[in-house]
Amino acid sequence: MAEAQHAISEVKHDEKGGVWEPKLVGFLCNWCSYAGADLCGVSRYQYPTNIRSVRVMCSTRISPHLVLDLFKAGADGVLLGGCHLNDCHYITGNFHTEKRVRLMKKLLEDAGVDPTRLRLEWVSASEGEKFSKVVTEFTEQVRKLGPSKVKKDETLKAKVTAADDASVAFRLKALVGKEFNLETKGNVYNNLLNKVEFEKLIDAATLDEFERSLILVLAKGKPRSVKELGKIMEVPTDKVLRHIVVLRQKNLISMDHPEGFTPTYKTIEIGGEQ
Amino acid sequence: MAEKKSEQKEKPRIGVYICHCGSNIGGFVDVPTVAEYAKTLPDVVYATDNLYTCAEDGLSNIREGIRKHNLNRVIVASCTPRTHAPLFQATCESAGLNKYMFTFVNIREHCSWVHMKEKEMATKKAKDLIRMGVARARLLEPQEETKVDVTPTGVVVGGGVSGMTAALSIADMGFPVHLVERDAELGGFVRNLNNLYVTEKSASETIKPLIEKVKAHKNIKIHLNSTLKSVEGFIGNYDIVIGTKGAEDTKAKVGTIVVAIGALEFMPEGLYGYNQYPNVVTLTEFEILCKKKTLPKLKNVAFIQCVGSRGQVKTYCSRICCNVAIKNAINIVDNYENMLGLMEKAGTVVDKIPVEKKATDEIMERRRRRRGRERGEEGEAEEVKLGPSEKIEVTVFNRDIMAYGVDHELTYNKAREKRVKFVRYTTDHLPKVYMEGNQLMIAYFHETLKLERTMPVDMVVLSTPMIGQPDAGELSQLLKVPLGQEGFFLEAHVKLRPVDFATDGIYVCGTCRGPADITECATQAAAAASRAAIPMAKGYVQAEALTSVVDENKCSGCGTCIQVCPYGALRKNDKGFAEVIVAACKGCGCCGATCPECAITMTNYTDAQLMAEARAALEEEV
Repeated sequence: MAEAQHAISEVKHDEKGGVWEPKLVGFLCNWCSYAGADLCGVSRYQYPTNIRSVRVMCSTRISPHLVLDLFKAGADGVLLGGCHLNDCHYITGNFHTEKRVRLMKKLLEDAGVDPTRLRLEWVSASEGEKFSKVVTEFTEQVRKLGPSKVKKDETLKAKVTAADDASVAFRLKALVGKEFNLETKGNVYNNLLNKVEFEKLIDAATLDEFERSLILVLAKGKPRSVKELGKIMEVPTDKVLRHIVVLRQKNLISMDHPEGFTPTYKTIEIGGEQ
Repeated sequence: MAEKKSEQKEKPRIGVYICHCGSNIGGFVDVPTVAEYAKTLPDVVYATDNLYTCAEDGLSNIREGIRKHNLNRVIVASCTPRTHAPLFQATCESAGLNKYMFTFVNIREHCSWVHMKEKEMATKKAKDLIRMGVARARLLEPQEETKVDVTPTGVVVGGGVSGMTAALSIADMGFPVHLVERDAELGGFVRNLNNLYVTEKSASETIKPLIEKVKAHKNIKIHLNSTLKSVEGFIGNYDIVIGTKGAEDTKAKVGTIVVAIGALEFMPEGLYGYNQYPNVVTLTEFEILCKKKTLPKLKNVAFIQCVGSRGQVKTYCSRICCNVAIKNAINIVDNYENMLGLMEKAGTVVDKIPVEKKATDEIMERRRRRRGRERGEEGEAEEVKLGPSEKIEVTVFNRDIMAYGVDHELTYNKAREKRVKFVRYTTDHLPKVYMEGNQLMIAYFHETLKLERTMPVDMVVLSTPMIGQPDAGELSQLLKVPLGQEGFFLEAHVKLRPVDFATDGIYVCGTCRGPADITECATQAAAAASRAAIPMAKGYVQAEALTSVVDENKCSGCGTCIQVCPYGALRKNDKGFAEVIVAACKGCGCCGATCPECAITMTNYTDAQLMAEARAALEEEV
């Protein structure tokens, strides 16, 4: 949020010094949103030129990693379009999309990016006008938030990178992947899950995974002390230490040279850049 | 084969064809500049612009490019892949290029048509979109399609005119077909009707030969009192279960499905005194009264058009009601001397036929049933009393008369000659139906005279629109085909694929895809039947190579993908790893996005391809 307020007072220029225009990427499902966008064109409803859409078969194809990677690369906003709930061409696809978008937004929030930069909309094949409205509204909304600062702000970049890394964490993907079924069909004991409780659990796990990923990003190639990490991350040192214990058990981080009496930690890199 | 394999290892050689689409794109995007830009992109060895890429010279340009420039990737930047991808893919194939090496870039629906007032920005966007397409194309890999056999049996859901015509056409082509009808007899909505316009012949007489032919046809298996209970599978291989009231379920294997479940007329509850005053009936109820020959003697009949349609309750125009009302107006005038004997031989004496209570009950019963079906329960209704009168005058209150079609304007003129009055109303001044003592009255604003007028009437006939079946939603979910906002089925393409669903193997015809008259229903049904017969006649379909692929090196056997797949297209193999059942996979990608080990991706929509395409959107134009 702080990011947003700061951005408004700023004169918005792009990298070349021209007037800044929001860069938006859309992922549209073939059967509804993409068709809705087609109908929008056929009906000549106009909207701003900022969006560039990628066609996917279903919104459920969009893994959190695909979206967070774009924010890492400096996208100002990402729009996901799917069929209305219960109208999905693939029956339940968009219910999973909804769950994943919740995770993506939580990760963005943890990383300090305004989660409204990511928007999920249901647009059917017959809602051409709605598509133009959604894009127009979203463009204006992102315009108000201002340009993404990922490329200028090193800490923010590290955080968004960590969010992206966390988005492929086994624990988060497994939890979010099972969420819809646990809510609707129940677990192996036929107990339906309490949605609120489960979301709390996922949110806590998300924050953990994000912070651990952030430690790994920050300590990659640069040994850092717990205190230093805590300061950059704005996380209490005891919590950082707990994360480091877990990361050491997983053999993802190792102790490096001590600075005075303070130990530093360095990320273990396997096979170089992925 | 060897040729195709080598594409994978070869360095990408991309050809970009940018379409002007006449002035549709060219008028709003600087196409030649975009083509020049495309030449600067990595691995692009050829780029050009065509007036119409989809025209024969455009297509031969592609074929020539593949040969001359040895292209192993082709990009067409034009309209939407939803309509034109198959054409360009086939063109690539005919020149020996695997169709999965083709990339579509939409610069019309998603660019020129939606940015018509900002040519510079639209041109920039078109360049960006093509850069994205190139990024995707570079990572494409040729795919082999799986051939799936098609069971040469069809099923038609709905036994009205559309359903019967479709079933008959399929059967005549030599394929067995199941005809599933929810009612106890065939005929559908037409069974309600009295006579049909243009021919002026009795409705039941008209469809009788059709019903007889259907009943007698050796290839048609009729299931009355039946509905489709479950559908599993995919084109060519649907396992269906037909549920019949009071009988055992029938299981069948079919190759294609035609949906023809028809429509109902809108019940104008709360409008113009319907269900409040006696003798206020819908157009269909009026037809039933005519058919049963139980019309009371009428002096003054008023039709009100567009009741509940064109913005009042439903947004659309139901098309046929103007023609139907005109037909009935003429019927009333012509048969005045023989009012009760509509469709009877001349000479029937009017007064001798009493107003039968039975028909009224039938009408009420019908209304009750309808309400029940809509609410899913039994409803109650008040009784309608029909009163006698002496002389006849017919007035049609309308917003505009839309007598579309070749003959209908003449019928309209004929009605005017017969002194049927057409009084126009606007939505600012809707006619009002009310009771004055025992007399039914209409108050209306005469648009020409600019005067409020009142008129006593004996019967008010409300022309209400056709509406989708209340249970169309269930069928839509069962078959996984879309239903539009107004409750009618949505075809794959409104102009180019009017009787196909987007899902292969399922087709639609008749009033369940929108209001239509019998002629149009029969036309659509014949069309749908021929579409449905294509895969059956061919004997096989080529399944799109768009499925999940599991990387066993990454799979941990956690089973999350199996839980999320809506088609049961994943299972554990002997080694405990996830395995894709290619024929059942529809390629939605849910498992791919879910897999906690990132071990699953989709052919032709790989993570790498999607990421490259999306990331290219963020790059700056060079």
